[in-house]
Amino acid sequence: MSDREGAVYDSRRPNQPAYQHTRPTTERPWVKWTLIGIAFAFMALIVLLPLVIVFVEALKKGLDTYLASFDDRQSLAAIQLTLLVAAISVPLNLVFGVMAAWCVAKYEFWGKSFLTTLIDLPFSVSPVVSGLVYVLLFGAQGWFGPFLRANNIEIIFAVPGIVLATVFVTFPFIARELIPLMQDQGNTDEEAAISLGATGWQTFWRVTLPNIRWGLLYGVLLCNARAMGEFGAVSVVSGHIRGKTTTMPLDIEILYNEYNFTAAFAIASLLAALALLTLLFKTILELRFGADLAGRRH
Amino acid sequence: MEIRVQDIRKEFSRYPALNDVSLDIRSGELIALLGPSGSGKTTLLRLIAGLETPTAGRIFFGDEDASSKSVQERNVGFVFQAYALFRNMNVLENIMFGLKVRPRSTRPPAAEIRRRALELLELVQLSGLDKRFPQQLSGGQRQRVALARALAIEPRVLLLDEPFGALDAMVRKELRKWLREIHDRTGHTTVFVTHDQEEALELADRLVVMSQGKIEQVGTPDEVYDTPSNPFVFGFIGESSALPVTVENHELWVGGRAIGLPAPSDATGDARLFFRPHDVELVEDGAALAGVVAASRRVGGTRRVELEIGGYPDRIEIDLPFDHPAGERTRIAFRPKRWRVFEGAKGYRQ
Repeated sequence: MSDREGAVYDSRRPNQPAYQHTRPTTERPWVKWTLIGIAFAFMALIVLLPLVIVFVEALKKGLDTYLASFDDRQSLAAIQLTLLVAAISVPLNLVFGVMAAWCVAKYEFWGKSFLTTLIDLPFSVSPVVSGLVYVLLFGAQGWFGPFLRANNIEIIFAVPGIVLATVFVTFPFIARELIPLMQDQGNTDEEAAISLGATGWQTFWRVTLPNIRWGLLYGVLLCNARAMGEFGAVSVVSGHIRGKTTTMPLDIEILYNEYNFTAAFAIASLLAALALLTLLFKTILELRFGADLAGRRH
Repeated sequence: MEIRVQDIRKEFSRYPALNDVSLDIRSGELIALLGPSGSGKTTLLRLIAGLETPTAGRIFFGDEDASSKSVQERNVGFVFQAYALFRNMNVLENIMFGLKVRPRSTRPPAAEIRRRALELLELVQLSGLDKRFPQQLSGGQRQRVALARALAIEPRVLLLDEPFGALDAMVRKELRKWLREIHDRTGHTTVFVTHDQEEALELADRLVVMSQGKIEQVGTPDEVYDTPSNPFVFGFIGESSALPVTVENHELWVGGRAIGLPAPSDATGDARLFFRPHDVELVEDGAALAGVVAASRRVGGTRRVELEIGGYPDRIEIDLPFDHPAGERTRIAFRPKRWRVFEGAKGYRQ
């Protein structure tokens, strides 16, 4: 009979705990608090501090200067391009990611582990190399260079190249989120659906998709955050033409190199805000649908 | 709807799960596929459903060769061991699913679909739970929803894969009775898979005893229990005791002594004697199986006695009424009242 966790009450002194039970596996309090303190200090230094500095520097010269940074035509174009690239890459990766996850989770086929490795490839390759690959393929001296020039198609140093590089770099997020989820859920729901007469397509829409929806949303969130924030790969393929082929991260670099610090930090504050929003939605999703995300059956 | 399984073989990467299996299922009967794990019973069920394709052989639904038909075309109602209810739909939507996914030409109007689903909900005695989600139901309730969902499409045959495996003993007993009632009411041809022989003996019109990808015996519960056709079936169904014997002079001999049982006319040499522990009579004198009592314990209304019989390393079990005076003795002589002799081969677990 106790109302505080771990407190043990004695009938002789009913309102005061006689002693506190601690679980035998916990450390002593000072160890626990030291560890927590170190973790917080680390996070504060490496993560929190830069984030705070972005906002401090952006607003250092006052709100008017901050807002003036967004009046710049080229920065606006950069923001537009970032949004465009995300709007194309995320849906593309959504479709490809779901298809890849479906194949890996539902079918057995020769080359399956090779496909799984390929899906993870963009994570292990340096973003600069990812961008370079596209230059080598589609650049003027690249494999398809002459063909593209002959047909007046521009990929490198133009928007298509940026989209390609972004798709490559953000591809794993959705697939990797869905594969363990779908594997965990198994095939029985789909078998039940087809035994009841549903076609493959109906099964996918009415049974599979609802089952994976929270994992999918989670993957889309992460994919979007990365798509908007990608620097390395996009930097290699973009050509840095201000107003035409710079995305927000590239724009920030250019502004900084021109010593226009307030403007640079102002644009950066947008990306920082995006990061915070992503974290917020991610936390909400985890809190409300944590069990579903892990694919645990009831 | 009759179902005919003809010379079916199923291999999983060269592992033969089913080996030349043939079976005739009569229209309207409730038939059980019974066997230990690995016997191939679930594989056979899934082949009938169309969830797997056979390596060789054919399956007929009535007169039609259904072997090349997809699972959707076969119109079977499958109930899975883990229910497989759709988590994001409520109970009524689950039941309506099969009707809602029909092509427009054969789909009934929405009101009609709803009406049928509610009727089925009543049939499975779950009226009022239509808005609940599967996670909010108990195991027994989920199983009943799964059955209603399968019945909604008016299947030609109902296939159940260990339907009561995941439920506790009391719920299982209730649902067994209830399944039999539903079957008698609706008259569907029903095939169910189980490893629980008590369930099979209680529920089924006929049993198919399977082991290691082959059918050992097909028959009514009485036939399979009273006249098992081979050592495996004798050992698997009901309780059994077995002993190696030799046949001499048309009599059975154990450990150099005749035991007072005539040998079947065609038996020679070494064989095994099978009998049920409760099917014995004690004998005061004359040829009998004699053994020393090694252990004795009371199980309900009977006493289970373990005997060591000359020369044979394993103990033989027999049952006596718990208050029988022989229960106090150290030596007991008995003869089985009903028995079978099989040549050579060992039975299940022996």
